[in-house]
Amino acid sequence: MSDLRELYQEVILDHSRQPRNRGELDGESCRKANGHNPLCGDKVTVYVDVQDGVVRNLTFDGVGCAISTASASLMTEALRGKTIVEVQRMFDEFHALMTSDDATEAEALGKLQVLAGVRDYPVRVKCATLAWHTLKAAIDAGKDAEPVTTE
Amino acid sequence: MDTSMTRSAGPAFDALEVRSDFPLLSETIHGKPLVYLDNAASTQKPRAVIDAVSNFYCHSYSNVHRGVHALSVRATEAYEGARDTMRDFLGAADRKEIVFVRGTTEGINLVAQGMTGSMGPGDEVLISGLEHHSNIVPWQMLCERTGAKLQVARIDDSGEVDLDEYRRLLSPRTRIVAMSHISNALGTVNPVKEMIALARAAGSLTLVDGAQAAAHMPIDVQDLDADFYTISSHKMFGPSGIGVLYGKQARLEALPPYQGGGDMILSVTFEKTTYNELPYRFEAGTPCIEAAVGMGVAARYLMDLGFDRIEPYESRLLQDATDVLRQVPDVQLIGTARNKASVISFTLGDIHSHDVGTIVDSEAVAIRVGHHCAQPVMDRFGVSSTCRASLAMYNTLDDVKRLAEALHKVREVFRL
Repeated sequence: MSDLRELYQEVILDHSRQPRNRGELDGESCRKANGHNPLCGDKVTVYVDVQDGVVRNLTFDGVGCAISTASASLMTEALRGKTIVEVQRMFDEFHALMTSDDATEAEALGKLQVLAGVRDYPVRVKCATLAWHTLKAAIDAGKDAEPVTTE
Repeated sequence: MDTSMTRSAGPAFDALEVRSDFPLLSETIHGKPLVYLDNAASTQKPRAVIDAVSNFYCHSYSNVHRGVHALSVRATEAYEGARDTMRDFLGAADRKEIVFVRGTTEGINLVAQGMTGSMGPGDEVLISGLEHHSNIVPWQMLCERTGAKLQVARIDDSGEVDLDEYRRLLSPRTRIVAMSHISNALGTVNPVKEMIALARAAGSLTLVDGAQAAAHMPIDVQDLDADFYTISSHKMFGPSGIGVLYGKQARLEALPPYQGGGDMILSVTFEKTTYNELPYRFEAGTPCIEAAVGMGVAARYLMDLGFDRIEPYESRLLQDATDVLRQVPDVQLIGTARNKASVISFTLGDIHSHDVGTIVDSEAVAIRVGHHCAQPVMDRFGVSSTCRASLAMYNTLDDVKRLAEALHKVREVFRL
């Protein structure tokens, strides 16, 4: 078993305590999706504003463990301003980082690499990927995604 | 009171000796000796149960109730012998009242399914706010099928059922009351005897989910006067995949068959089938024979140890364990009922239970984290999940101290 310090690195603790880009988005071009992990009860809502194939804004809300909160926070920081094509590539790279033993340390992931320690804890991988899958659901559904409401 | 429950008025209870009966408890996890505190989820198995299942496979295995050959007779005797043991264990009046099911969940579903034809709009089912999903969802499904209404007696801040509200909700419309004997999420011991008497006075049937009780206290279904009482083998040191539904003979006879198939019939023609007598009417198909045999051995093991010795030991351990965990800074107990057994549910500061679970696991301490299949209980206390340490008779205060040390490590990692 790897050291717990690998899992709970300073950056992760920081982002779990003070998540960046937390909150709702509101606007014509905004979409949201809800993610839920029924095993642990974690819930996340991801809000994304895509214009001309570019992620203009990205936020999240919800309750979760340190890993899922930090992962969502880091994701919002990393993907702002990226094109949908870049987002898909990073989704794939992040997924590989979480699941593959010999994932090439993808430079493009930058700060997200602090989450690499999660792959030694298989039952926690879902915590780290929940926000990513939720984002993908919001983007893939496009116009069919549940529109953001401010009710 | 069944005398088999109290006959061993022997020496004081020796948890370490009992522990040595359980091979798995000597395992090391991540190079450290295992501390197993997840007994409310499932219990470990004593050598006697492991050997009984193994011996049954090696020497007695065959199908039951079918063949005339020697092995079939041997297997049937072992299976039916287990039924007799379970009758003793639950204090039932007759072996016909002991139905083997897959577990508590199936026991509850069997009754809920069976009541479908006799219920309709205007009828009510009453449960408590403490229930496990398995004692909520089958009743919700029954209500959806029949138009009946599900009523819930709330719990107070300590995790006890509000008996005043329970009394208010009982009415001539109440057809069945379903309650847990011990809450799996909080450890609250419900006053089931009193609750059953009140339900009976209101003309309602009663079902007790005894899944959490069977390993911790003597059960006497006749003394409780429960119409139905159901337990799972794997939570009382027996194999998984088997359990018992007890039902008063008249109540079981009033229920239609649960599943159709072999063994539950007397005769079959394409025009008409005559159903078998109790309890076989509810045991369609080949049962989990070896698990039933193992369950009987587990029940015998518990009766030989004697709940008169197990209960005081566990009661003291729970109290001491609670004191030890209370001393860990930022531990907040969830569920402080006056009468509790086995379970200590808690949160640690604002650290999510899954983070706690991962870190204490690195110290080889196994606890359950999450919602414990009791989301309404979590909602009631305004938490999404808790950490749960659940004790069994083979645990000692040293186990709890190891958990406390591991919780200090969690605080360290999270810089609390």
